[in-house]
Amino acid sequence: MTNDLDIFVGNTTLIDEEVYQLWLDGYSVSDAVSLRLRSGILEQTGATVDVLQSDTMDHYRTFHMLERLLHTPSKLIHQLHFQIPPSRQAMLIERYYAFDEAFVREVLGKKLSKGTKKDLDDVSTKTSITLKSCRRQFDNFKRVFKVVEEMRGSLVENIQQHFLLSDRLARDYAAIVFFANSRFETGKKKLQFLTFEDFAYCAEQMIQNWTLGAVDSNVDDMDVDLDKEFLQELKELKVLIADKDLLDLHKSLVCTSLRGKISVYNEMEANFKNLSRALVNMASKLIHTKDVRDFFIDLVEKFIEPCKSDKWTLNDVRLFLTQYTTSAHNLDAFRHQALWDRYMSTIKSCLLKMYHD
Amino acid sequence: MPGKLKVKIVAGRHLPVMDRASDLTDAFVEVKFGNTTFKTDVYPKSLNPQWNSEWFKFEVDDEDLQDEPLQITVLDHDTYSANDAIGKVYIDIDPLLYSEAATVISGWFPIYDTIHGIRGEINVVVKVDLFNDLNRFRQSSCGVKFFCTTSIPKCYRAVVIHGFVEELVVNEDPEYQWIDRIRTPRASNEARQRLISLMSGELQRKIGLKVLEMRGNAVVGYLQCFDLEGESGLVVRAIGTVCTLDKISNTAFLPACNSPSKEMKESPLVHPPSHGCRSTHNSPIHTASGSRLTQNFSLSVPTLIYTGMGSGSAGKEGGPFKALLRQQTQTALEQREFPFFTLTAFPPGFLVHVGGVVSARSVKLLDRIHNPDEPETRDAWWAEIRQEIKSHAKALGCHAVVGYSESTSICEEVCILSASGTAAVLNPRFLQDGTMEGCLEQRIEETSPPGCGFFHIPYDELNMPFPAHLTYCYNCRKQKVPDVLFTTIDLPAEAMVIGKGCLIQARLCRLKKKAQAEANATSISNLLPFMEYEVHTQLMNKLKLKGMNALFGLRIQITVGENMLMGLASATGVYLTALPTPGGIQIAGKTPNDGAYEQHVSHMQKKINDTIAKNKELYEINPPEIPEEIIGSPFPEPRQRSRLLRSQSESSDEVMELDLSHGKKDAFVLEIDDTDAMEDVHSLLTDVPPPPGFYSCNTEIMPGINNWTSDIQMFTSVRVSRLSNINLTNQTLNKNFNDLCENLLKSLYFKLRSMIPCCLCHVNFTVALPEDEVIQITVTAVAITFDKNQALQTSKVPAEKTLQRASTDNEEQLQFPLELCSDPLVSQPFSPAKEVLENAGSHTGIPAAQRATSVDYSSFADRCNSWIELIKLKAQTIRRGSIKTTASLDKASPLAEGHLRHRSVPSCTNSTVSVVKMTPLSFIPGAKITKYLGIINMFFIRETTSLREEGGVSGFLHAFIAEVFAMVRAHVAALGGNAVVSYIMKQCVFMENPNKNQAQCLINVSGDAVIVVRESELEMVPVQPSAAVSQPASAGDVTT
Repeated sequence: MTNDLDIFVGNTTLIDEEVYQLWLDGYSVSDAVSLRLRSGILEQTGATVDVLQSDTMDHYRTFHMLERLLHTPSKLIHQLHFQIPPSRQAMLIERYYAFDEAFVREVLGKKLSKGTKKDLDDVSTKTSITLKSCRRQFDNFKRVFKVVEEMRGSLVENIQQHFLLSDRLARDYAAIVFFANSRFETGKKKLQFLTFEDFAYCAEQMIQNWTLGAVDSNVDDMDVDLDKEFLQELKELKVLIADKDLLDLHKSLVCTSLRGKISVYNEMEANFKNLSRALVNMASKLIHTKDVRDFFIDLVEKFIEPCKSDKWTLNDVRLFLTQYTTSAHNLDAFRHQALWDRYMSTIKSCLLKMYHD
Repeated sequence: MPGKLKVKIVAGRHLPVMDRASDLTDAFVEVKFGNTTFKTDVYPKSLNPQWNSEWFKFEVDDEDLQDEPLQITVLDHDTYSANDAIGKVYIDIDPLLYSEAATVISGWFPIYDTIHGIRGEINVVVKVDLFNDLNRFRQSSCGVKFFCTTSIPKCYRAVVIHGFVEELVVNEDPEYQWIDRIRTPRASNEARQRLISLMSGELQRKIGLKVLEMRGNAVVGYLQCFDLEGESGLVVRAIGTVCTLDKISNTAFLPACNSPSKEMKESPLVHPPSHGCRSTHNSPIHTASGSRLTQNFSLSVPTLIYTGMGSGSAGKEGGPFKALLRQQTQTALEQREFPFFTLTAFPPGFLVHVGGVVSARSVKLLDRIHNPDEPETRDAWWAEIRQEIKSHAKALGCHAVVGYSESTSICEEVCILSASGTAAVLNPRFLQDGTMEGCLEQRIEETSPPGCGFFHIPYDELNMPFPAHLTYCYNCRKQKVPDVLFTTIDLPAEAMVIGKGCLIQARLCRLKKKAQAEANATSISNLLPFMEYEVHTQLMNKLKLKGMNALFGLRIQITVGENMLMGLASATGVYLTALPTPGGIQIAGKTPNDGAYEQHVSHMQKKINDTIAKNKELYEINPPEIPEEIIGSPFPEPRQRSRLLRSQSESSDEVMELDLSHGKKDAFVLEIDDTDAMEDVHSLLTDVPPPPGFYSCNTEIMPGINNWTSDIQMFTSVRVSRLSNINLTNQTLNKNFNDLCENLLKSLYFKLRSMIPCCLCHVNFTVALPEDEVIQITVTAVAITFDKNQALQTSKVPAEKTLQRASTDNEEQLQFPLELCSDPLVSQPFSPAKEVLENAGSHTGIPAAQRATSVDYSSFADRCNSWIELIKLKAQTIRRGSIKTTASLDKASPLAEGHLRHRSVPSCTNSTVSVVKMTPLSFIPGAKITKYLGIINMFFIRETTSLREEGGVSGFLHAFIAEVFAMVRAHVAALGGNAVVSYIMKQCVFMENPNKNQAQCLINVSGDAVIVVRESELEMVPVQPSAAVSQPASAGDVTT
């Protein structure tokens, strides 16, 4: 005797959070059943495998029907088809849009194109996240990207409004969209030590300071694209390294104020010119898309690695960057103070976040 | 009498993309009523069109208003080709036709297409202006209220319960018309949906006419059913109980003032109920309607809807067509001859005695003639059956049948008609025109000790209709009671019960040879009595195994298929204190000399005894049992002795005598003489009790549990099972069927485990045999979480119940309609007394408070349109909510944890879609019904030609049932309601053709749309001490 049809429909849609997670993780019904079996649910409830199978199938069907709505969360809230308490709706959305750290590190900064999607099986093998789950996460990124790409107003708010995500998750998505748009390279081996959270923080800093939105809050793409004018102007900073006197003066100012305070004084003094050159050169080149993409590699290669090899502590880095930034104000010949601050404050935040002890 | 129907189309949302090129839709709407159609402008290129149309006005007869549904079609405009239909909404405007119900229908309705399902939503406003009707010769019956609820609706009181009303309407099924060969499945489905809507509208109107003629103003326990007879047609039939209801208003103290005088004037004749319960004079209304209908017959065209008025056949020898020959007046008189009541719960004092279940079945061959001149055939069939029921009731010494219902099972051309009910003796006062006060006085004199009167036998002891062991009532010791009682009604609120009840099912299959026509019908009729007998035996065995002595809500369903018959009986077993303790089950072997066999028998016996003992413990059945102890009962419970003395000490002699009178004789002997019987015994033991924390019943309330929380979940579960082996025997078939039901129940327990402690109420199984070797089981029930802390009650309950009952009675006598109203859930009340006795703690306070919070928020959310606002609120409330939850959990006991968590979550956030609760019960736990908005009666067809793509049969049906729920909720919300009570899925016909990748399903649901208000919000009774506890708690919670 076989059951051709076996369904359970509640007036209030029944949602099992555990099964939802299994579904989100891309497990097939049979895998989900065996995973649930292992959790010892049968012993707790005295049910049989058949019951578990039927229950899992039921939930999967429900989720499958809900998925269409989850693509546009506002529809889920307004629809009449499934009666779901608001808190559960929020849970469904939040979990659906949640992503795995391992996955996002693979995809962050990549173009959200069909090509990338095709490579997802490699990502799946590498991260041991099921392909199904990878696809869902990728599609979520892409969907959010498409919707907010050309929208006015704050990126985070736009995401929150259209996808009804929690504040934290919306911020993460803002970072993903920002990275995907500027195609920052994050996958190189040298960058592997950085977490998504590091990048998300950097993205937030860059959005706040370097995009159009930082100066004008009423333009298209304001949070997504970097302020081209700003990038253009950054060339002006070159004077800090091109002018020998200025460079020396800057160095002496920094050295004076850091003497006795920094543990790696000698290394700092020896390396000052290299570090300053690195930071200023990066600024002057940011107008080129290619260099924007390599932004994080440059930060690591040209600043973090030299410091690391000299065993700077995080505190050393903080002291140095603070002094390095403020000392430039005392250079009378240097006239781009505002520009310098706009650049350096973000660089400083990013570097400090990225500098792991 | 004309009326003006006004419709406004406001907007649409989430429409499907109809133009692939632009990914948009150019939508417009057609509004049709009767033969008039209006159209809105085309709203170009949008999936969320804002039509904001003018008011479309239809000037129509109220007859049409009652019959016709409002039909709204959403279309996609296409300049070059035909416009594509997106979907439809049918709105039954009946609720707008009586003043007390809804005044406007306004809200979002899912746009439904029979092929694609729900495709977006449309916002519609509907109003009706009715002009007063002064014409007595009218065809319409606007103003008669209909209730599906099988008890007196909560905010009304019955002035008179007039009696039975029935009607049926037949037509050709559009699916079987020749035109169906050339039209699309969609057109065919829509024709069917529309026709059935039209037929049920007409049926309701005609029933309404009969009600008016009977001087009633409402139909309670209205049950409408469809018989899809295939080629021979489509029958829509309905039964109900006519009542004169008075709305209990909270402010006015004189609700019964105007109606009695009027009633008395118009209907001076008082008829004892044994001769029918209605006046016999012929009213002009009736003659008029009758004659006009007769005229209609002769003019009939194939699509004409006709009806039979002659539904009574007098006398036992009255042939089926006798009614035809009778004059209208006589027919009208005959009609009243059925003292039947579709109610299952009654006002206190209404039931005097209960005799037992009466049922009748008959097998009919559906005739292929579409002769509209012979509409009486179906009527005559039912009349025969009703006559039989009536005579059965008479044999039991009863003059009335309560809890009455009718059903059919059709397979090809064979149809089994069934009717069943409970024979009863009623208090005549209720059936006459008069006020309630009189009868209450009388009742108090009559029914001597409260709580056992209705179990006393109504028949003559020396002239019993069937063999039964009678004993003196264990409660009052004055009257005789039977040893076991079966009924189809709900357990009366004042009945005294020990322990909890449980769902008891008897399941049975019988193979039958495939045959044609008469041969088939004959073989079925031959099988029926055996099935009935076996079902009865099974029920009896299982009841004894549970240690109980009465069944309530018994429903026996016999389903006919091509090659088998299925019997499924469900009932709720309870232990009535008035009835004797059931004896055990004894197994007797036929071959006593065989040692091994003997051993086997004794082993079985032991198992059975153990099961009984276990069940008694599980259901907390620990009645005072001195007599049992004296004769050496297998399950002595000395612990109970002291309690027993309380009630029985003064009559120990009598007890002895009583005991001897049943004693050994009472033990139920099962003879194992062949493998069949062996199987029976085995099957007895295979029923697994529900897991801890779960109870189940098929009645409205669960005896022994009366502390429901407001956490409810109504659900429908469907299983279709294909029997694999071809060489089926009765045994394997029985086992398969049994397993199917048991597994289904197990699945339900598993799914609802988060609601523990919980009770499945009103569990309603329906069996269908759609094909050879295919069994379909549909279950609808509601799971309600209860508060376990309060559930720890023993036999104190009945006493308290009566106490409280009495207090309510006094109030009634003192004419305090307010009090009566504030305690509407007679069946499961939170009486002030009980609160004091059992729960002074804060456990109830917390859930109550949270309930209040949730309502606050959702009603606020209705007004909250701004999205940003909502999101912000949400982010905050979630966080705060979770903190609050843990806080309250700390306070509450761990037992309550499950449902507390469950309930407190939704109270945190807002929703723009208002929540509509649904339940098959007549009440919503923890809430009070403040208004009945009208009956919901909906019929849907869904078809697919891409079954695999929609997730196979399960995916298809799952989506469809969810859609049906959604449409019911939307209609209720549009009426201004927030709940559906007495919800029932009357039909779920599923057909598939996997080879063609097709499937079709028909669903018919009904219920009463209501407005409920949380009891905690009402706080109308300040005397309730628990209010003081919950008040500060709720204030604290609301601020979260």
